[in-house]
Amino acid sequence: MKLRLDKKDFKNFLQNLIDEYDLYAPVQLTEGVSVFKKIDQPGEVNLTQLHTQKPAKDVFFPQSEVMFRYEKVGKQNQMISMEEGKRERILFGARPCDIEAISIIEKVFVGEEYTDVYFLEKRKKTTIIGLGCNHPLSTCFCSSAGGDPFLRAGSDLFFIDLGEAYFVELLTEKGMAFHKNKFFKEADPKDLTFVKELEEKAFEKVGFSIPVDGIEKRLDLMGESSFWDRVHEKCIGCRICTYLCPTCHCFDMVDEGEHQRGQRVRHWDSCLSPLYSLETSGHNPRPTCRERTRQRLMHKFNYFPKNFNQVACVGCGRCILYCPVHFDIRKAIIWTSPKRPKRYERGMI
Amino acid sequence: MEERSKAIQDRIREKAKELLSKKEVDLVIGFGEWTLPLRTTPIFIRTPEGAEDLIWNSFCENNLAIYLHKFSQFKVGIVVKGCDARSIIALSLEKRFKPDQLFLIGVPCQRMVDRRRVKKAVKGEILRAHEQGDQIIVEGEDFNTTLRRDDFLYPSCQVCTHRTPMGTNVLIGDPVKESPLIETHPEIKEFEKKSPEERWRFFEKESSRCIRCYACREVCPMCYCAECFVDSSNPKWIEKGFSTSDLEFYHIVRAYHQTGRCSGCGACERACPMEIRLTYLTQKLNLDVRELFDFETGIKADTLPPLSTFEIDDRQEFIK
Repeated sequence: MKLRLDKKDFKNFLQNLIDEYDLYAPVQLTEGVSVFKKIDQPGEVNLTQLHTQKPAKDVFFPQSEVMFRYEKVGKQNQMISMEEGKRERILFGARPCDIEAISIIEKVFVGEEYTDVYFLEKRKKTTIIGLGCNHPLSTCFCSSAGGDPFLRAGSDLFFIDLGEAYFVELLTEKGMAFHKNKFFKEADPKDLTFVKELEEKAFEKVGFSIPVDGIEKRLDLMGESSFWDRVHEKCIGCRICTYLCPTCHCFDMVDEGEHQRGQRVRHWDSCLSPLYSLETSGHNPRPTCRERTRQRLMHKFNYFPKNFNQVACVGCGRCILYCPVHFDIRKAIIWTSPKRPKRYERGMI
Repeated sequence: MEERSKAIQDRIREKAKELLSKKEVDLVIGFGEWTLPLRTTPIFIRTPEGAEDLIWNSFCENNLAIYLHKFSQFKVGIVVKGCDARSIIALSLEKRFKPDQLFLIGVPCQRMVDRRRVKKAVKGEILRAHEQGDQIIVEGEDFNTTLRRDDFLYPSCQVCTHRTPMGTNVLIGDPVKESPLIETHPEIKEFEKKSPEERWRFFEKESSRCIRCYACREVCPMCYCAECFVDSSNPKWIEKGFSTSDLEFYHIVRAYHQTGRCSGCGACERACPMEIRLTYLTQKLNLDVRELFDFETGIKADTLPPLSTFEIDDRQEFIK
């Protein structure tokens, strides 16, 4: 169903959502830094940045989440489970890459063998309103990674910014529930033409130049390649690329508190940290940055596709934009392919 | 390309080529061009031909001294600015290198450009950037803007008074006149004016954005502990979560551990993806150390930082 929402009604539309749902949307923390947060006032929503720093995974798989609390009452140990909020939730303003990434994480958290109730509860309760990317950045390579700047998959409703209005598509049953929303109007035939123009322009900009296709097979042959001796050199082992990655989903569980009372919490973890693979004996199977960088790339482009038929990278470009030493994952992908320029042999990566 | 930078670049390449041809070093660490405008990337050159990849411009913002920990088993040639060299002197005092393990290719620094300030000054994505004299020209899909370079420098570079690297094996280019562009770090000035409560609120607001990626720690040459206090599980000094007190604890301790060791390069602040202000803390500590102990990090190769020494006639005014 194709509709439109005039920008003059946008704040009221958001207020309407806040009244009925827990609304999560991009919020600016300081100039140039935004994250997805629960919204109290429509004015908090800020869509100026194409990508928030922390991706939308934070809404389903928070960076830090209490799993349960425990308390000793007399001689009894009591476990107190954490109640999920009762209200239905809306995720607004997530980009197609972030939404695609949620379905990637879902493959792990909602599998045949294991179900992560914390993730699943949030996922079930959430209606996703995606937002198309009229102006992808030069670091975006979603098309090469199987997505596109206007990919609807995963969204229940999809918004496209037309300037004075949003073009709105209702895509799923959850989305169709909005067909009577008082702020939506019938879309103009002109809107459709404009949308097509915007899409073509964005597609052209993103292109298909990064050889992600077939990378799994190429990496099969590269387990002990000299590539790994070079690729890690500039990496300093911080966690930016993994924490800001919309598909990275490793976590650590810790108990906070003491024997009387406390809580079990899970936090995002990162394979780039030496602590991640450190065993109790003191042995670390990934002792240096070389093994850790290999793990990061292998997990995304070899192990994950082997398990789930899809690379664990959506081409959002955050790891390129925010890396303090300017590691570019696109170049690492190119390095594995026959497209590799000769000068890379010298160690450029 | 700016002429001075071009001349320096040629000489860096020449020197690197010579060192590698004569096998005086195993590798040369310097800056290379990469994919994003307003940026360079650390590169590791092992062959004389590879020296052609080395570049020099106002976007060489990384403190390369961090890599000396990673390449501690090698003889390393390294391109250094004033701040990188100061970190290396500070590290030498902590006995991190063997004698003659390093060959420092010093470059008097023109002060580095703050890419975030530049990005915020224009609407739209910057696709290309280059320098021309004292200007930076940035281009996007539908704009072409000329900016005055000196208006877009990192705060730590604006206040820098040690741009000519010290203790180098070779100095490329003439020493520069050592005067700061501005007298005091603008944020310290602001900070000092605040009441203790306001200071705390500012610190609290900044640290609340922390995502504990530890990039500020990893880019710092002086953060090289085998086990950082935040990673220690026995004893556990700090929880891994996002409670205000844990975030603040991390940031306070990180800053305090730098007392008398920080070269003021500003790498920590540049690395932070959440743009947390960090240098107002470390630079303030640097000023305090200068005032109280007449000591500046990485200036003298034989004077230990005040907090690493004890003398019987130490000033102990803090005991009241």
